[in-house]
Amino acid sequence: MAITGLPGGRAASIPLMGHETEPTMFELSVAGRSAAQLRTTGVPTRSLAEMVGATHVKDHAVEMADLSERDLVGHFTRLSHRQFSVDLGAYPLGSCTMKYNPKFCDAVAADVALNGVHPGAPAALTQGWLALLADLEEKLCAITGMTAATLQPAAGAAGELTGLLLMRAYHASRGENRGRVIIPDSAHGTNPASVTLGGYEVTTVPSNERGLVDLEALRGALGPDVAGIMLTNPNTVGLFEEEISEIAAAVHDAGGLLYYDGANLNAIVGVVRPGDMGFDIVHMNLHKTFATPHGGGGPGAGPVAVSARLAEFLPGPKATRMADGTFDWVAPARSIGRVHGWHGNAMVLARALAYIDVHGGDGLTRVAQHAVLNANWLRQRLAGTLPAAYDRPCMHEAVLTATSLKAETGVRGLDVAKALLDEGFHSPTVYFPLIVDEALMFEPTETESPQTLEALAQAIESIVARAATEADVLHHAPHHTPVSRVDEARAARHLIATEDAAARG
Amino acid sequence: MADYLPHTDEEVRDMLDFLGLNSLEHLFAHIPSAVRLSGGLDIEAGLSEPDVAAIFAGYGAANIARATAMTCFAGAGAYDHEVPAVVKALGSRSEFVTAYTPYQPEVAQGVLQAIFEYQTLVSRLSGLPIANASLYDGATALVEALNMAGGATKRSRMIISSGVHPHWRAVARTFAAGTGHEIVEVPLRDGLTQWHSVDTSDAAAIVAAYPNYLGVVEDLSEARALASAAGGLFVVAGDPVAAGVLKSAGDWGADVFVGEGQPFGTPLAFGGPYLGLFACTMDQVRRLPGRIVGETIDSNGRRSFVTTLRAREQDIRREKATSNVCTNQTLMAVTAAIQLGWLGTSGLRDVATRCAEGAHYLFDATTAIEGVEAVSSQPFLREFALRLTRPAADVIADMAASGVLAGVAASALAHGGDPSLDEIENVLIIAVTEKRTKVELDAYVELLRKAVA
Repeated sequence: MAITGLPGGRAASIPLMGHETEPTMFELSVAGRSAAQLRTTGVPTRSLAEMVGATHVKDHAVEMADLSERDLVGHFTRLSHRQFSVDLGAYPLGSCTMKYNPKFCDAVAADVALNGVHPGAPAALTQGWLALLADLEEKLCAITGMTAATLQPAAGAAGELTGLLLMRAYHASRGENRGRVIIPDSAHGTNPASVTLGGYEVTTVPSNERGLVDLEALRGALGPDVAGIMLTNPNTVGLFEEEISEIAAAVHDAGGLLYYDGANLNAIVGVVRPGDMGFDIVHMNLHKTFATPHGGGGPGAGPVAVSARLAEFLPGPKATRMADGTFDWVAPARSIGRVHGWHGNAMVLARALAYIDVHGGDGLTRVAQHAVLNANWLRQRLAGTLPAAYDRPCMHEAVLTATSLKAETGVRGLDVAKALLDEGFHSPTVYFPLIVDEALMFEPTETESPQTLEALAQAIESIVARAATEADVLHHAPHHTPVSRVDEARAARHLIATEDAAARG
Repeated sequence: MADYLPHTDEEVRDMLDFLGLNSLEHLFAHIPSAVRLSGGLDIEAGLSEPDVAAIFAGYGAANIARATAMTCFAGAGAYDHEVPAVVKALGSRSEFVTAYTPYQPEVAQGVLQAIFEYQTLVSRLSGLPIANASLYDGATALVEALNMAGGATKRSRMIISSGVHPHWRAVARTFAAGTGHEIVEVPLRDGLTQWHSVDTSDAAAIVAAYPNYLGVVEDLSEARALASAAGGLFVVAGDPVAAGVLKSAGDWGADVFVGEGQPFGTPLAFGGPYLGLFACTMDQVRRLPGRIVGETIDSNGRRSFVTTLRAREQDIRREKATSNVCTNQTLMAVTAAIQLGWLGTSGLRDVATRCAEGAHYLFDATTAIEGVEAVSSQPFLREFALRLTRPAADVIADMAASGVLAGVAASALAHGGDPSLDEIENVLIIAVTEKRTKVELDAYVELLRKAVA
C-alpha cells in the first residue's frame, strides 16, 4: 500500500528547544522569594507554640524552593520541553496502549462540580458521583461480560492483587486452602509480584512454539492446590489464545479460577468478552483501553469485574442504586474490605465513562478493529525488514525480533529502539516479553493515521539499512534528543535520589 | 456515533487490501466463534461530545456538596486547599499529562527531573533521606510500609495506632489477608494511643499517626522507644502540611514516613487520584517500593536523570519484587512539586499556620456552645473532633441545607466498636484550611448552635 501525503508523527528529536540542561528548582531558588498568595481571612493570628505546644513545633523552617511565579512557570515549561508525550507524536510502546487522550474527557474531569467534591461528604449530597460510578460499573460489566465490579483499585497492579484476594476469599468460603497460582512465562512482571503479595506461590507454565499457552503443560501443572491462573488474552506476544475454551475448562475442572489481565483489552472490546471466554475475574487498565492520560507514570485506574459467584466478595462499599432510585454506599455481603483510601481514582473513572459514552458500543468496537488493523499493517509492512516473532496475524500489537539483524550487523533491538528516538518516534517496548529474543514490541494503537504508520515504517527501514555500515553510530543513538544515552549503572552505583544527596556546591 | 479514529473508509479498505482481507471482521477470523460476541456490546450508540457534556452536567448538578455550592469543613485526609491558576496551568501541560512511565530517559528528562525534585521535597518534609516517586494514596502507602517492615524483620505482627485513619487501617486489614500479617489496632483514650495496652515485643512495625485522624498531635517518643525495644520499624503516618511546622517524622526517629499528598495541588476530586507519599532511612533503600529517580550523566557528561535501583521492581524481579507497583501517581507528584515551588519555604509555613489558627478559632467558639464538647483535651493542629448531642450525620445534613459541609461524621469512617472512640455516632470531625475566612467560621458557629439546640 502506498501512503501519500505528508508523513506524520515525528517529534522525539526536537531541534533547539529542550536541549539545554535545566537547573533544578533548588538551584533556581533565592531565599526570600515567594509566589504564594493566600486568601485574606480575618482570622486572628496565634503562635504555634501556644496552639500545639512547644515540644511539637519544628525549630526551623523546612526548606522548599523559593521561586517567583515567573521562574516557576519558566522552569516547569522548560522541563516539559524535555519530555516526549502522546500529544507530541506517535508512542508505539507495546503493552502500554498509548493512544490519543481526548481533550473532552479532561474537560469533564476539570468540572468543579465533580472535582470539587469531598470524598467524605454523605451520599445524599453526592448523588451525581454515585450515579456516575454505578453507570460506569454497569458499562464495564457489559464490556467484559461480567456481573459486578469494584472501581477502587488505583492501577492495574492494584487490580491484580485485588483479584487474587478475591480468589483467596472465594476458595476460603468453600473451605479450600489452595496455595498456587499459574502464570505463563510470557506474563507481565506485575502478575508474579501480585501473586506473591496475594499469599500464593507462582507456578510458571511455558509457551509453545506458536507463542501460546502449552495446554498439555498447563494440564500437568493443574491440581487440587491450584487456586487459579492469570492470563492476558491476547497475550503479551500480541496473539490470541485460541484454545482459551479448553484452558478455561481445564482450570475450572480442577476447581481453579481464571483471572484476566486486562492490559490488552483494547484488542478485543466489542469482539470477545472475557466472561464469554470463561474468565471469573477481570481487571481493566482504564488508562490504556479507555484513553485516560497516563500522567508520566500514573494516575491509572484498575477496576476489577467478576462473575456472579464472586460478586459478594468485592471490595466495598460500592455506589449502588436503591429501590427508590437514589444511590447509596453498600458493602457486598462478604466483602474483602477496602483496597483504596476512598472510592478509587474517581477523576480517572469519570474520564473513562466520558470516553465510553462518546464512543458507545459501536464506537468501542471500531476502536478494537482499528487497533488490530494498524498493528497488522505495520507487521506486514515491516515483514522484510524486521520479522515478526511469530509469523501469523497479531492482535493490537506486533512483536518483532532483531535476532537476525543483531547476528548480521551487531545492531541490537535496543539500538533500533534508541535510534527511533532520533527519527522522531517514541521507542517500542524492548526485551519484553522475555520469551522473545531481541524483542521489539510495537503497539501503534488505533489513533495513529496510515501516514504516521508509513513514516514509522520508513524510519525503521532506514535504521535497519544503516545497520550494516553505521553500526557504531547506532550503538550510541540517540544523538539528537535532549540527552544522549544515560549511564544507568552509575545511577545505581552512586545513588543520588535527592538534591541533598547531590550536595551541590 | 463519534470517535477519534483518523482513518478514512478508503484508507481502511486499502489497508485491508494490503493484508489480503475483505473486512475488519476478518482480522479476528482466528478467534474461535464459540467465544466471539455476536450482536455487539450492550451499550448505547456513541454520542457527540456536547451530548455527553450534558449528561455529565447532570451528574455535577446532583452533587449538592460541590465546592461552588458549599463551604467545606470536611477533612479526614482530604483537604480543601488553595490550588492557584499557575499550578493548574503547569500541572495540566500535556507533555506531563500524556506521557507514559519514563522508560526512555533520553526523551523523558522533564518528568524524571520533576520527580527528582519531588523526591527531594518529600525527603525534606519527612526528615528522612530518601523518598520514592509516589504510590497510589496514603492508605496503600501504609500497606507498602507494612510490607517493608515484614521484609526487614521477617515478622508479621503490625501494631497500628487506631489514631491512623480508619480507612487506612481497613486497607491494611484487607491486604493482610494475602501477606499473612497480623494487624493489631491499639485503642485511643482521650485521643491518645494506649500503647501499653498491647504486647509490642515482637512487632514488625509500630505505626503512629501525626496528627491522628481525630486531629490530635501525639507525643511519639513512647512509640519510638517501643519500636526500638522490639527491633521493629517505626512508621509515622503523617499529614504533610503539618510537616511544614511540626517536628518531622525523622525528628521523631521514624524509619518510614507515609502520608497523603493530596493537600499539595490536587483537588478534592472525590477521593482520587491522590498521592501516596513514602520516605525511609537509607537502611531500607533496597526494600523501597515502586520507582526511584536518580541523578547520573549521559554519554556526553551532561547531568541526566533516570529510574534507578530497578532490580527491586516487578518487571525485573517478578515474584521476588519488593512490591507489585508499576503505574503510580506521577502526575500528582509532579503537581505537588509545582505547588510546593509556588508555596516556597514561607508559604508552606503560612498555610500550615493559618489552618491551625482557623481551627483553633473555630474550636474555641464551637466548644463554648451548650451540648458541644471536645472529644480530646490534647493538643491539635488543623483538625479536631467534637461530640454533639445528636448523631453527627444528622447535623451534617441540617447544616448542608445552609450551604456548609460541617465536617465528616466519625461513623462514616469507622464502625461502632472501633478502638479509637467509645461512642462514635455523635462525633463530628472538623478541618479548617487557609481558605476559610472569619466570616465563614462565625457563620459555622451559628449554624452548629442551631443544629444542636
